[in-house]
Amino acid sequence: MSSAAPTTFSNSDTDKIMLAARELFCARDDRVLFKNLNFDLPQGQVLQVQGSNGSGKTTLMRILCGLNDSYEGSIKWYGQEIEDQAASFFSSLLYIGHRVGVSKVLTPVENLRWSCSLKQAVSDEQIMAALKEVGLRGFEESPCYTLSAGQQQRVSLARLIISPASLWVLDEPFTTLDSKGVAMLEKIMQRQAQAGGAVMVTTHHSLSIPQLALLSLG
Amino acid sequence: MTEKQTTTSAAFLATLKRDLLIAFKKKNDIVNPFMFFIIVVSLFPIGISPESDRLTEIAAGVIWISVLLASMLSMDNLYRSDFEDGSLEQLLLSPHPLFFLVLAKNISHWLVSGLPVVLVSPILAYMLALPTEAYGTLVLSLLLGTPIMSLVGSIAVALTVGLGSRGLILAVITLPMSVPVLIFGTLAVQSTLNSQSPVGYLSLMLVMLSVSVSLAPLASAAALKISVN
Repeated sequence: MSSAAPTTFSNSDTDKIMLAARELFCARDDRVLFKNLNFDLPQGQVLQVQGSNGSGKTTLMRILCGLNDSYEGSIKWYGQEIEDQAASFFSSLLYIGHRVGVSKVLTPVENLRWSCSLKQAVSDEQIMAALKEVGLRGFEESPCYTLSAGQQQRVSLARLIISPASLWVLDEPFTTLDSKGVAMLEKIMQRQAQAGGAVMVTTHHSLSIPQLALLSLG
Repeated sequence: MTEKQTTTSAAFLATLKRDLLIAFKKKNDIVNPFMFFIIVVSLFPIGISPESDRLTEIAAGVIWISVLLASMLSMDNLYRSDFEDGSLEQLLLSPHPLFFLVLAKNISHWLVSGLPVVLVSPILAYMLALPTEAYGTLVLSLLLGTPIMSLVGSIAVALTVGLGSRGLILAVITLPMSVPVLIFGTLAVQSTLNSQSPVGYLSLMLVMLSVSVSLAPLASAAALKISVN
């Protein structure tokens, strides 16, 4: 995994709080999803968000990414408002949602070439190495509509390997993966935490990652 | 934090390339509006009259209206599949200004749906017995007008992309904004036919194009953010 080696994020301040949320409040259709929600996400942590169906996990993830702005409270990125440093925040953020962002008519390579180059320059060697690591060797040039849901999920997960982003926000990344895929993703997440990055993930799996912290909703 | 950050122009080019690639792979998106345009225009001589005098009179209007309808037919593809597969969220989370990324998508859309229509218009103009001296003006006015339609239509599509059933909403939003283009486009051709200079109308269209290029992507970007919210 030469080209897929994790980037190290400034080791000197490994314990720095990356993302801090204070008194978050969100309601949808008069139903309070969460109120007075506080949490810190320091570098080197995997924060698993738990909660029953409909408890607002996805909403929380989208709020953190800035895709949803119907909330109250404050979210700070290294102690500053996100709006004040949007470029730095968005280049450090990698989000994978329910809809994985993989175009069905394109091949995995073409998909990654685009979605990665929205954030950073990417070479075809990096893409090939990442696809190999997520177990899609031999599918590089197949259109994504011929791939299974799990394989499409893996295409989007290959972005985690390529990306130098320090903050990953993953919404139910395990849903369509087989047991091997689950183990692979846990390994990648652990590597990210060890390198000083942070992961925020919603899942109902119990993860076996030493850097794990839990956040319960609802 | 990394030595290999992309520049905005690289992200712009990557988006343009991707959209062209998708259009090339989904050939329907290219062929359908184009065929629709040709069919609609060729129905007029059958329905109205094959006499060249009467056709000459309506030629510019017929071509312009058909272009407008064909562009509306093609608009829907602009953001829908990206919205459905989640690519739109990735686009919105890019650190680069959304203005340029949306502009890239609009340019790609125009290259795929607008340009072919412009290129084929002289043949259809010949079919509608438009005098040859007006061909230049027609092509030029379409060249200025079709990008405006793509840019303005993009706002409407961006606003409605989150709605389940859109139906006529798209047309209701887009058509009023396209009417000025239609008016100046047909007037430019008419004035050439009346041996007057079309430069005034064409300059107005150029102004409209400049305004659309500089403002419409901003509106589209804002609309996309609302739709994804």
